[in-house]
Amino acid sequence: MKTGLLIIGSLLLIIVVVVQIGKITELAAKIRGEEEVQIETNNRMARFMMVFLIAFMALVFWSAIKYKNYMLGYGPHEAASQHGPELDSMFNWTLFFTGVVFILTHIALFYFAYKYKGRKGVQAAFLPHDNKLEIIWTAVPAVVMCFLVIRGLVAWNDVMGDVGADDEYIEVEATGAQFLWYLRYPGPDGILGERNYKLITGSNPLGQDWTDEANLDDFQPNDLVLPVGKKVRVRITARDVLHSFFLPHFRVKMDAVPGMPTYFVFTPTKTTEEYRQELSKYPEYQVPSDPNDPESEPLWKTFNYELACAELCGKGHFSMRKVVRIVTEEEYKAWLSEQQSYYMSSIRGKDEDPNKGKILPGETPPSEETAPAENETSTEEATTSEE
Amino acid sequence: MAHATTAVQDQETKLIEELGYDDHFHEHEHGDKFKSNFITKYIFSQDHKMIARQFLITGIIWAIIGAAMSVIFRLQLGFPDESLAWLQPLLGKWIEVDAATGVGKLSQEFYYALVTMHGTIIVFFVLTAGLSGTFSNLLIPFQIGARDMASPFLNMLSYWFFFLAGVVMFFSLFLSTGPFSGGWVAYPPLSVLPQASDGSGAGMTLWLISLTLFVVSVALGGINYITTVLNLRTKGMSMWRMPLTVWAFFITAIIALLSFPVLVSGFLLLMFDRGLGTSFYLNEIFIGGQALDHVGGSPILYQHLFWFLGHPEVYIIILPAMGLVSEVLSTHCRKPIFGYKAMVYSILAIAFLSFIVWAHHMFMAGVNPFISNFFVIFTLIIAVPSAVKVFNWISTMYKANIRYNAASLFAIGFVSMFISGGLTGIFLGNSAIDIQMHDTYFVVAHFHIVMGVAAFFGMFAGIYHWYPKMYGRFMNETLGRIHFWGTLIGAYAIFWPMHYLGMAGVPRRYYRFDSFEYLRPFDDLNQFITIAAIITFFLQILFVVNFFYSIWKGKKMTTKNPWGSTTIEWTTPIEPVHGNWPGKLPTVQRWPYDYSKNGRDFIPQIEPLGPNESEVH
Repeated sequence: MKTGLLIIGSLLLIIVVVVQIGKITELAAKIRGEEEVQIETNNRMARFMMVFLIAFMALVFWSAIKYKNYMLGYGPHEAASQHGPELDSMFNWTLFFTGVVFILTHIALFYFAYKYKGRKGVQAAFLPHDNKLEIIWTAVPAVVMCFLVIRGLVAWNDVMGDVGADDEYIEVEATGAQFLWYLRYPGPDGILGERNYKLITGSNPLGQDWTDEANLDDFQPNDLVLPVGKKVRVRITARDVLHSFFLPHFRVKMDAVPGMPTYFVFTPTKTTEEYRQELSKYPEYQVPSDPNDPESEPLWKTFNYELACAELCGKGHFSMRKVVRIVTEEEYKAWLSEQQSYYMSSIRGKDEDPNKGKILPGETPPSEETAPAENETSTEEATTSEE
Repeated sequence: MAHATTAVQDQETKLIEELGYDDHFHEHEHGDKFKSNFITKYIFSQDHKMIARQFLITGIIWAIIGAAMSVIFRLQLGFPDESLAWLQPLLGKWIEVDAATGVGKLSQEFYYALVTMHGTIIVFFVLTAGLSGTFSNLLIPFQIGARDMASPFLNMLSYWFFFLAGVVMFFSLFLSTGPFSGGWVAYPPLSVLPQASDGSGAGMTLWLISLTLFVVSVALGGINYITTVLNLRTKGMSMWRMPLTVWAFFITAIIALLSFPVLVSGFLLLMFDRGLGTSFYLNEIFIGGQALDHVGGSPILYQHLFWFLGHPEVYIIILPAMGLVSEVLSTHCRKPIFGYKAMVYSILAIAFLSFIVWAHHMFMAGVNPFISNFFVIFTLIIAVPSAVKVFNWISTMYKANIRYNAASLFAIGFVSMFISGGLTGIFLGNSAIDIQMHDTYFVVAHFHIVMGVAAFFGMFAGIYHWYPKMYGRFMNETLGRIHFWGTLIGAYAIFWPMHYLGMAGVPRRYYRFDSFEYLRPFDDLNQFITIAAIITFFLQILFVVNFFYSIWKGKKMTTKNPWGSTTIEWTTPIEPVHGNWPGKLPTVQRWPYDYSKNGRDFIPQIEPLGPNESEVH
């Protein structure tokens, strides 16, 4: 209540002050003659224009240097995928061209604003048009645009193409749901099993069809683990609303659309460990990872690639994080061999298992009928949606 | 710097008497019913001058609401760990106060509602209705020499549909489930399913009703503007003698009329999906523990329909601002606008291209990447007419004799903003770069500068310049100039750092940034942006106070044509009359930009060409 009155009071005070300033200046103008005041205003504004130009340009350069490590392709912000550097270089070429235009037009704009301020007894020039000039400044941007368009389209079609028929690649699947990502790997058979959204239940979050044998070895890890230097095709789907599969360090982004799988093909080029080593060179990554604990590991040591959501999907949109780990081929193989299929860990032997009671090929008969592991994914979902 | 003196005024009056066209307007006794009582004069007015002011004041009120919302969510982004309990008297249950610690948090749901409402309100209510509605209404009849709009009644309806749309939207702010919170683009399935978000329930229903009413308003206004420009131009006012303002409003109305109905069709399908169980946008959805029956639709269809309006919409916002700036800049530079015809052709080119670039908002939406090739090409072609306009504005200032006041300052500020924001469009329009930049703060920086701040600057230039025509008084100059410098610096301070955030990959529409390791280092920038936003917001008090105070107490207009303008709205009497001109309609003898020609400061449009003079442009 008190603060409310205080706010209203100070607001009223400000209004009164503003009105008084207005009144005084008008009175002053009346006394000194409007034309006189106008010329004086012109001079002052013209000077401000010049000051603004210099300060603005200085701040632009200062901030660009200060934040150069945020820029694409610089310092710690290098792309970790094969196509990334080309996109970064395009960004920087565009930055060069637009930067030149930005600086030149701003210098012209504010310099003219300074130079051609209203002066007493001077008349402006009557310059309605100049065809030659206009043709030049239509043609030059058109040519620069052509360069950018051609380079952009070549890169775009290169990046966005799907895998070829005889390409060697790893296929993984990412499914966006409110508010987490499900990851699925095809398992040893290399095939992602069929899904049907009508089969989704708490224990079958992706609606995998357990009568499809390809599903039986599919596994759902917590982290997106990929070997370095191998082409990956991510199959991207959504369970409820739109999401977007965004790997900022890899320059990868694609919307996840319910009912319509999309894809993105990319090749990681740096393992997490390599990327950490590169980061260790930069002072901003040498600080403790926990700001409250000076003894904690330096930031670069705890760095992880991350998967984010980049399409508004509801109130938990900002929290859809997964860790991405890029590892060497051997580490990847070792990791793969540790993974247990979701079917075996969570479905096998339960009511929804169509093969209940049957012995699957390669399975050793009943004796070790262990209790299925705790349903990891659905507990995770419960905690996330509680936020 | 000679202002129009009494002698000039007398001469202008004489010219209208001699050469004017007598349409016998004042002989038909309309009974002047428009003036007859309070209600028909101030509320259900059919006078374009009054409707323009209604649009403007409604727009200002919405601008304050929309901007205040942004301050609240900026507080959340800049200081996520500070208590917002002090906002509880205003926001009630949307501030969730921890009983133990007394720390108040902005609810996540309401954060997204604020973001959504901020976008919807500013884009539609302020920069479409408040900008184009105000100045099309004010200037089209005035500048083409018409007594009023072609249909004053439809014109009145246009305002009241807008008002109604505003009432419905305002009401939705007070729903217990909150207003719509799925982003101003309202992508399904999020916008269809109340299970997906609280705001997609009643809030979305009201949002759809409100915007449908709004489109009715735009359509009624647009038909009127087009008809008026085509049919009611005074004698001598050929298309090539129209001021660039009128050209801009005219083309804007055409774009709006062609694109807004497509939005409504998209909305209708959305309503069917919400209420009638159809599946235009829905396919294989599992939500709230249950698999929905909807199959076969595509959310991408909605995106196509939405952006078929959505992209032209940004030109609906910026073209009127461009028109206003061209006119203001030329008048106060005392120089003809450079390349008048090139300006008109570039408006036409931008308008045409605006219809074939919509999918550049959807490069990463899952559309066929091959299709994107075309959209990249057309999108980057827009840079050419835009560049032509910028070069022409700058050339207009070359060898000028600039009279500095709030109007001309904002016009110059507009050019700076349009350059800064337009150039970043070249990054985003290139699909390959957009892979990384899409839906990051780079996009937020781009469109806020190029169509948010720039359009506001155009609007401010227009308001300061034509205020005497609206209220017969001036706004205070000193306050106007402080307002300009503060807003220019403030706007850059808010939006420039966002480019760096975007380059670093910070996604937009995040409630907080600490869920991700890679988003942690930006606290300082986010705090800086928030502080800049708060200061810039409160600086607008200068404008609001100045605006309303000056209506009653501003310096009075003593001459008809205070800026020494060539255009014919300044030949109307200071005290506005029904039918705009008390006697005959002025006839137009020349183009509108004869400034500093043949040694004269300006030659009004109603003055015939001299014996050896040619109409060069």
